[in-house]
Amino acid sequence: MTRISLTQFPRVMNLFRSRWPQFILRAITLAGFIFTILAGLFGSVVGSHNVAIIFVWIAWWTALKLFFIPFGGRSWCSICPIPMPGEWLQNGGILEPRGKGFGLGKRWPKVLRGTWLQASGFLLVGLFGAVTLTSAKVTAIVLLSIIILAIILSLIFERRSFCNYLCPIGGFTGLYAQVGPVELRVKDIDICAQHTEKTCYDACPWGQYPLALKSSANCGLCMECLRVCPSDNLAINLRPWGSDLGTNTKHGLDEAFLGLVMVASVLVDSAVFIGPWGKLKLAAYNIGSTEWFVYVAIFLTFGLIILPGLFGGSTWLSNRFGKLKTSFRKALAYYSQVLVPLGLMGWIAFTISFAFVKFAYVLPVISDPLGLGWNLLGTTGNAGVGQSTSFSLLLQVLILSVGMVWSTRVARRISESMKQAIPLIVFSGAFTVSLLWLLIG
Amino acid sequence: MLEPLQPLIRLSSRYSLIWKICIIAIAVIVILFLPIPISSQTPVEKHIKIEAGRFQFSPSEITVNPGDQVTIEFTSIDVVHGLSLDGYNFELKADPGKSASQSFIADKPGIYRFRCSVVCGNLHPFMIGKLQVGPNLLFIRGIVLGLLAVVIGIWSFNKTINPGNS
Repeated sequence: MTRISLTQFPRVMNLFRSRWPQFILRAITLAGFIFTILAGLFGSVVGSHNVAIIFVWIAWWTALKLFFIPFGGRSWCSICPIPMPGEWLQNGGILEPRGKGFGLGKRWPKVLRGTWLQASGFLLVGLFGAVTLTSAKVTAIVLLSIIILAIILSLIFERRSFCNYLCPIGGFTGLYAQVGPVELRVKDIDICAQHTEKTCYDACPWGQYPLALKSSANCGLCMECLRVCPSDNLAINLRPWGSDLGTNTKHGLDEAFLGLVMVASVLVDSAVFIGPWGKLKLAAYNIGSTEWFVYVAIFLTFGLIILPGLFGGSTWLSNRFGKLKTSFRKALAYYSQVLVPLGLMGWIAFTISFAFVKFAYVLPVISDPLGLGWNLLGTTGNAGVGQSTSFSLLLQVLILSVGMVWSTRVARRISESMKQAIPLIVFSGAFTVSLLWLLIG
Repeated sequence: MLEPLQPLIRLSSRYSLIWKICIIAIAVIVILFLPIPISSQTPVEKHIKIEAGRFQFSPSEITVNPGDQVTIEFTSIDVVHGLSLDGYNFELKADPGKSASQSFIADKPGIYRFRCSVVCGNLHPFMIGKLQVGPNLLFIRGIVLGLLAVVIGIWSFNKTINPGNS
């Protein structure tokens, strides 16, 4: 398949090789992160007047799904501020390469590897989402806890263990980066095979060996390998969307779980936040109440039993219809590739449904970030109620249809025959119609 | 043997792709925008009472027919709430325990969310109700587009690859 190497252009290569441009971007995001925490803790309690809510849940969360992942894969991870302080400690300096600083450097326990904890973390965020998304103070406490946890873990474990195994957003971006149009790959396999030192692996904060990279799920595009390769044998490529999906890529059961958690979460979030059911919203909000426990029970039953059950049924049928029979576990992991384009397009449609309505809050909150009555840009108080337009509704329909085309193609690509693909297409169709109904029904 | 014809074959497949894209684009436009005659019922006057309290509207789902003259009597039972209707220039505000009324003609078929327009607490951004004017044609069009998407997904994949080896 066609690839365009961005690193063939000397200026782009210099930009990636130097640690400064990336450091400047990360310094800006870290400053924004700290300011967001302070705003959440000490600013207005009214969410729509506090930068913590508007920037985290409207601007950043939207940008991640509408821009960073679809056009850059895990590009957000390359400028994410959360692992920065811990990495500085691990490296013994701000612009130093990996591993000459503090920390015990232990290996992450084998039993906890994979994306299981990331998926569980995402489920937890969903269970408490109605409070986290609406309370600036809770948002700030969550962000503070995450960065403290990332620092502590970087002092105990080697490399970016927090990003690799715990960060729910890392799980989200990693899963969908597989279909993103950016990848880091070696240029010439033979050159790598002859190089015995493996400087790229030693330098990688993510613990990846570029020669073995078949998927972009675990590559955070930090460029460290590219910086230390003595043979200039690494490239950043633009590639067709969906390149990591197919018959020759490896997919684990943990990825299937992550994919199912994501599609379940987008359905539940759409019902809670976009739907007209006030009792459901209150149940999701009143943590600790009987209603909340009922909500949790329904959410978990749906996310961990009903939806996996339906997908498991589709997978079982597809496996049965094929000539090459494989174990159910392997089939579940293999066919979970269908969930990737389906989930990504679902999240994009969901994001459009609320971000287009609430985006009007961004300018006023920049003008008055703490909600203390400032008017730095003269735009304070200009936010209207916001409303979904016929354009945004049409866009949601089109995005979900693209997801349906894409997941059908993937189902067809990874199946031996049309008959084998049908159960997966039916599952995709049921998900798409359900989400369509929740968003525009 | 066919080597001299390769540029022609490439050109022809490029034209074929352009044709396919054009056909799909036309089909999408037809599905999304083709006018569908709706069996019209005689417009009536509808008086609807909506209560707002604890981040919810009650009733939160309202159905009217296209052309109906709808009067909303809006009451708040706790703090100040507002009711702003997407797609219509319609907004009401009600103080605690008080009502406000206004009418509009439901002349735009479709599904419209109404939202609280006065900051009323943490869940305010998600205090949402739904007005349905006639049948939800966009949902029906969306389902038809979904079926077309399946056809395109299958049609655009014309290679058979042996699976199950990963």
